[in-house]
Amino acid sequence: MQSSKKGIFSTIYNQRQLIVLTFPFLIMVLIFNYFPLWGWLLAFKDYKPYLGFQNSEWVGFKNFADLFSDVYFFQALRNTLVISCLKLIFNFLSSITFAILLNEIKNMLFKRTVQTISYLPHFVSWVVAANIVYTVLSPDYGIINDLLVKFHIIKEPINFLGEPQYFWFIAPATEVWKEMGWNAIIYLAAMTNIDPQLYEAASIDGAGRLKRIWYITLPGILPTVKILLIMNVGWILNAGFEQMYLLQRPSTLDYSDILETYILRYGIGSGRWSYATAAGIFNSVVSLILVTTANKVASKIGEGERVF
Amino acid sequence: MQTSAKYRTTEDLVIDIVVYTVMIIVMIATLYPFWNILAISLNDALDTIRGGIYLWPRKFTLNNYRVILSNPDIYHATLISVLRAVIGSITNVLSCLMVAYAISRKDYIFRKFISRVIVFTMYFSGGLIPTYLLMKNLHLVGTFWVYILPGMVSAFNIIVIRSYIDGLPQSLIESAKIDGASEYRILFQIIMPLCLPVLATVTLWVAVGQWNAWFDTFLYNSGKPELSTLQFELQKILQSVQSASTNPDFSASLTSSGRTVTPTAIRATMTIVATLPILFVYPFLQRYFIHGLTIGSIKE
Repeated sequence: MQSSKKGIFSTIYNQRQLIVLTFPFLIMVLIFNYFPLWGWLLAFKDYKPYLGFQNSEWVGFKNFADLFSDVYFFQALRNTLVISCLKLIFNFLSSITFAILLNEIKNMLFKRTVQTISYLPHFVSWVVAANIVYTVLSPDYGIINDLLVKFHIIKEPINFLGEPQYFWFIAPATEVWKEMGWNAIIYLAAMTNIDPQLYEAASIDGAGRLKRIWYITLPGILPTVKILLIMNVGWILNAGFEQMYLLQRPSTLDYSDILETYILRYGIGSGRWSYATAAGIFNSVVSLILVTTANKVASKIGEGERVF
Repeated sequence: MQTSAKYRTTEDLVIDIVVYTVMIIVMIATLYPFWNILAISLNDALDTIRGGIYLWPRKFTLNNYRVILSNPDIYHATLISVLRAVIGSITNVLSCLMVAYAISRKDYIFRKFISRVIVFTMYFSGGLIPTYLLMKNLHLVGTFWVYILPGMVSAFNIIVIRSYIDGLPQSLIESAKIDGASEYRILFQIIMPLCLPVLATVTLWVAVGQWNAWFDTFLYNSGKPELSTLQFELQKILQSVQSASTNPDFSASLTSSGRTVTPTAIRATMTIVATLPILFVYPFLQRYFIHGLTIGSIKE
């Protein structure tokens, strides 16, 4: 007992330099990432800024009760889930297809050019991207409307961003525009790990290119696809705050309001701090349950393929 | 075999046609919107209202840029954006390197504890309101440091740097220790120079992230024009244009400054101004951008 204690202390003493390298940052993480969890208590109070945290009144689960009886909360929850799921599907299909097509290009210069161009939107902010979306979709001078009118597909230009019924499509589509190339990187990396002999053997056996894609490339990247899919399930309540906030209009809120924008409007906008905190807790807790479940599933499916 | 039998079958030919067509469409769809905004920013503002500006400006002018660049606030916002990109990336990368080095040491007693505490932060957050109140209580609201401190220790960057250090020969550290080098010396004189590729990658990510950030300015520093960033100014213009569609006074107020500009022209020009630094460094740095993503994710 005595000796093992001494052992710990002498290890700590010997590793004091490593401790110096890490503890200041550990403390920062505790302050900036963990301390806000203490603020969750706000959800159980009726927080009034002029009273301060200590003096605000405890109200138990009242904020949660209010939350679960608010139609707009469920509307935001529905939009979050729908937009997230659509994004997940669009993102996966587009980036996997893009990676497979890119992998079929033999001309290295062309391949690199396409790739370089495809990542570009990933590096601009959502503010810039939102401005671009606004310009391209504008009913007055946007190219999409001009083309649709020119080819007589529509008679009158459509105000795409102002009409609620288009939002569920615009959100995933713009996300694909911004992130498809970037998301494809990981599949391309997985494809470079496929043994080239497999392709050679298959073509000797008479498999055409489609068959080689279907029976070699796709199974080759399947483990990566699975892991990413499982990881992304944990983010299903994060529909992408910046994008939604910047693209939504008051007129489209019925379809574009997600949990995070709802929290921002009620929290800082209307000063209902405790109520918004309760909504935030709901978001975090559901996400955390999803992440841990997904992680368990991931560790069952493949050995060593857990996220954490 | 590949070259002689390149188009042995019609299947090959069809697939190649499909692949190249799709790729050309992808390139156009990615680049055209940027190009279009550039053309609008270089076109006479009143002329743009007539529509039909696609590839080239119809009435070329630098007027929009003159208006934007004659605004002293823009220079100040650019300065703040540059400062946060520089200070933010240096502090973030250094702190992440220190933590990554320590937890890469298999014998470090707090290795597991620290990794867990840090990795866990990737999967939850305290939420908007508690975080805001924390910043307020720490007196960070209304200061420059609210851009730097909260994101200084980033779990993802630590993981990326750590996997890179794991790939270095461990005997380097052992022999340096036998020679009596301190941990600081091992880190800064041996490990850090070897980590330059991964550090370059992470620095670029952080710098781009800092350059692109606007929400923290919006949340914490809206009331402090002297701490405004370029992206936040752009965001304000975007929002005001949205409300301008129902508010005709907005476009009228812009003509009073002597030069005629419209919200559309301002928006396009500001978008280009805020994007230009990234467009400029991008071709030189793009291979670094992806480097870390592949080492961070492929390692199993």
